[in-house]
Amino acid sequence: MSEKAPHSSEVGKDVVILSSSPDQARELQDRIEALLNSTDATDRDRFCVRLALEEALVNAIKHGNQLDPKKKVTVRFQVWKHQAEFHIVDEGPGFDPNDLPDPTDIENLERPCGRGVMLIRHYMHEVEYFAPGNAVLMRRIFQKVT
Amino acid sequence: MSGQPRKRRLEVEDAGDVTVVNFVDKKILEEQSIQTIGDQLFELVDGEGRKKLVLNFSNVEYLSSAALGKIIALNNRVKKAGGKLALCKIRPDIKDVFVITKLDKIIKIVDDEQTAIQSVS
Repeated sequence: MSEKAPHSSEVGKDVVILSSSPDQARELQDRIEALLNSTDATDRDRFCVRLALEEALVNAIKHGNQLDPKKKVTVRFQVWKHQAEFHIVDEGPGFDPNDLPDPTDIENLERPCGRGVMLIRHYMHEVEYFAPGNAVLMRRIFQKVT
Repeated sequence: MSGQPRKRRLEVEDAGDVTVVNFVDKKILEEQSIQTIGDQLFELVDGEGRKKLVLNFSNVEYLSSAALGKIIALNNRVKKAGGKLALCKIRPDIKDVFVITKLDKIIKIVDDEQTAIQSVS
């Protein structure tokens, strides 16, 4: 998935297809959490990965697939000793991540828009959205200060 | 499923005329539990007429943006009712979430419960 990490440091990888169900997302989160136990991830790294993954999965299931049980979310993940990478694709129409209202603008502070995407960008070291905006690739490098 | 009673997700104590709320859940992430927490918080203000609220986060390890939405909505309801809301005992990682999203500008956040109680009294 990434050329930045040697195969030897890999802790686990998989492709998981989720129905648009929060329960399945929870199972995946638990699986990732268990994998992180075999890495150099600090408590801070765990918090960041968990939160960013939560926001990305909620975006995919709720906002992307609109909780439609017929639609799937595909998650490719790869965890190395020193980093974790997630590629999440939903079957929704996508969105323009650069066209969200700034959630920290005083006028928008009380609106629900864009806060999840903002947190993902803060907690992961690399975040890339792919057109039409229904796919995101995000990576966190462990023990790197943010 | 529909007949299941809703789990109590808040522990509510009175400190004089201030209501102190502790969260039962360590992870406030799931849509359904966030909805329930929101409903139970709103009930304190809208149903029980409590206007001075302190939310104690000492038990909370994770908090998603959806949960932030409920806290913002609660803050609005409390303000509308002429009351005050303060948050306390938030661990650094979670406090960071409030700072990043600048919600610390509109919601009172203090370190300890006693200070929080005083700030809404």
